[in-house]
Amino acid sequence: MADTTSGHEQRATNRGPGRLLIAVYILFAIAATSRAGLQIATRFDEAPVAYLLSALAALIYIVAAVGLARAGHTGRRVALACCTVELAGVLGVGVLSIADRELFPDETVWSDFGSGYGYVPLVLPVLGLFWLWRTRRDPA
Amino acid sequence: MNDTVSTTSAAGASPVDGPLATVAIVISLAVAVWALVAAVRHRPPDRIQFVGLAVLEVALLALTVTALVALGGGDRPGEPGAFFGYLVTLVCLPPLAWVLARMEPTRWGSGIVCAICLVTPVVAVRLQQTWDILGG
Repeated sequence: MADTTSGHEQRATNRGPGRLLIAVYILFAIAATSRAGLQIATRFDEAPVAYLLSALAALIYIVAAVGLARAGHTGRRVALACCTVELAGVLGVGVLSIADRELFPDETVWSDFGSGYGYVPLVLPVLGLFWLWRTRRDPA
Repeated sequence: MNDTVSTTSAAGASPVDGPLATVAIVISLAVAVWALVAAVRHRPPDRIQFVGLAVLEVALLALTVTALVALGGGDRPGEPGAFFGYLVTLVCLPPLAWVLARMEPTRWGSGIVCAICLVTPVVAVRLQQTWDILGG
C-alpha cells in the first residue's frame, strides 16, 4: 500500500518473468474468449451458467493481462483484484463442479480446478499473486 | 491431397491430419525444448528460436492452405466454429511468441517461446479433433 511514496521504484510487473506470465495470461484470454464466444453463440440454452462463467473468466484473463502489462500503480491494483477473483473462481467452481454436476453440465475453463487445461488455471492466479508480491518493491 | 476431388467418405481424409500437421507439431516441440534449454542456461532467445518460429509459421500456413483447399473442394469440418477458431489461433501463436520474445531479450524471452511452442501442438491436436467429429 502507498508504495509510491517510498524511495524505491516499484519493480515493473511487465519485465522478465512478468512478461512470461503475461504471455500465459494472453494464451488463456484467447482460449477462454473463443470458448465462451463459441458456446454463447451456438448453444447458450444448454448451460447458461457454465457459458457465462466462461465469459467472465475470459474477461478476467484479459483484464489481468492488461493490468500486468500496464505495470503502474493502477495496473497492479487491477491485476491484484483479477488474480484474487480468479483464484476464488477456480477454487469455487472447482468445488461446485465436483459437488453439483448439474450446475455445470458443460465444461468451463475452471471446472474440476482447470483439469481440462492441465491445472494451469489453478496455478496461474497463485503465480500472479506471488509475482505481484515479489515486485511490490525493488529488491535489487 | 491423395484422392483428388471430394471422396465424400464419412470419416474422410482430414486435411489437417497429415504429414504436414505432424511436421508442424515436431518443429514446435523441438523449438520448445531448445528454448527451454536456453531459458535454463539464462540465454535470451537466439537465432535458432526465431528461425524455428518462422519455419513453424510457414508449416502452419501451409496447413491452413491445405484446410482451405479441402473446404473449397466441399469437405466440411465436424465443428466449423471451433475449427476456424482453432485455425486462426494456431497461425497467430508463432507471431505472438516472436513479438513477445523480441520484447524480452532475457532468459524469460526463451521461456515465452517455450511456453507458446508447448501450447501450439495442443491447439493443433484440438484442430484435428474438431475436424474429425462428424456433425451431430
